[in-house]
Amino acid sequence: MTNQVLAEFLLHVGDSQLILSHRLAEWCGHAPELELDIALANIGLDLLGQARTALSLAGEVEGLGRDEDKLAYFRTEREYRNLLLCEQPNGDFAQTLVRQWLMDHYHALLFSALTESQHAELAAFAVKSLKEVKYHQRFSTTWMERLSLGTAEAHEKTQQGLNQLWRFTEELFVLTADEKQLVDSGVIPDIENLKTQWLEKITAELARFKLSLPELGAYRSGAKQGLHTEHLGFVLAELQYMQRSYPNMNW
Amino acid sequence: MNLIRHVEDQCWDVLQQVSDPEIPVLSVIDLGMIRGVELNQQDEIVVRLTPTYSGCPATDLLKAEITQAFEANGLTPVKVIVDLSEAWTTDWMSESGKHKLQQYGIAPPQGQSHSCGTHVALTDGITCPQCLSNNSKLLSEFGSTACKALYQCRDCLETFDYFKCI
Repeated sequence: MTNQVLAEFLLHVGDSQLILSHRLAEWCGHAPELELDIALANIGLDLLGQARTALSLAGEVEGLGRDEDKLAYFRTEREYRNLLLCEQPNGDFAQTLVRQWLMDHYHALLFSALTESQHAELAAFAVKSLKEVKYHQRFSTTWMERLSLGTAEAHEKTQQGLNQLWRFTEELFVLTADEKQLVDSGVIPDIENLKTQWLEKITAELARFKLSLPELGAYRSGAKQGLHTEHLGFVLAELQYMQRSYPNMNW
Repeated sequence: MNLIRHVEDQCWDVLQQVSDPEIPVLSVIDLGMIRGVELNQQDEIVVRLTPTYSGCPATDLLKAEITQAFEANGLTPVKVIVDLSEAWTTDWMSESGKHKLQQYGIAPPQGQSHSCGTHVALTDGITCPQCLSNNSKLLSEFGSTACKALYQCRDCLETFDYFKCI
């Protein structure tokens, strides 16, 4: 039972990284500047690497003989546990940066807390990921600053991106009833507690960027139940195409 | 279990021959990627390898190349495992490795990870590997590979990669 819950949690973390990485890779060849193209692809690559570790670990904990590839390529939408925020379309550059900035702050808090995990491999994964996330966080923060305090148009687009994505942020801090036992045994942190810190940080930075905190709206959640928005299916269709067409192919 | 001394030496010699595909002047030892070489209870030689960055595509290739190199030298059976127990840091890069990097045209990591690590923003003033001037500016924190940032020298005007301190 506990192993199953931990495997689900690892899928949640790893799937979020995998899908976000896929979205960032969509910018390859399309970013406004060559350096940005490289930066977004590099951040995506870090996230993909982190996802591989998380999914491999999920497979081991689950004990059903599924490795990272089986998990990534042969699960359907309903079996994916990623945050809805990660699967949202890139929109314009500002919207992509807003999503990244929200996620970077979330990842930084989550991985900092996970470094204390009683589960040695999970803690090691968190230490490694945290190092990389700090770079991502600095990149997205400087761009948020540049866009929001730049031209009126850039400011407006950043605010619109934020308004568009805000309703997907509530579920970042959902802890399921089953997961509470992992909290009790010190395997994962109490995610609900991270919310206050995250919100404080986000609110302070938004004030610095002269952006307004969107109003509370109809929140969407469902990651941990595999209930997704309409966008994930299209991502998976692309991501899984080769393995679905030619199962277990290698090159 | 410890390997017999001369066999262990031989293992490290072989590892010194396995180089990073992106930076061929550096071996996996120079990079500080080898965390240990031991014999397990099944009498297999176990090489513990730690990746530089989670997403570094070279990791899989290096696993395969280490296995091949050991087999070619009769050091079998060998098993390469990825060890994440301690996160890789540029502090583990050898001094000779840093020197070789600079000769190759990549500015080596400057400082130790506790003072220059990811919590501190990259600054201008990294020494240009071409003309050794410190008058350089940061162009992008992300360079041609995950481990590098992009700089330009204000004196010789060359752009160059900087191996980020992490």
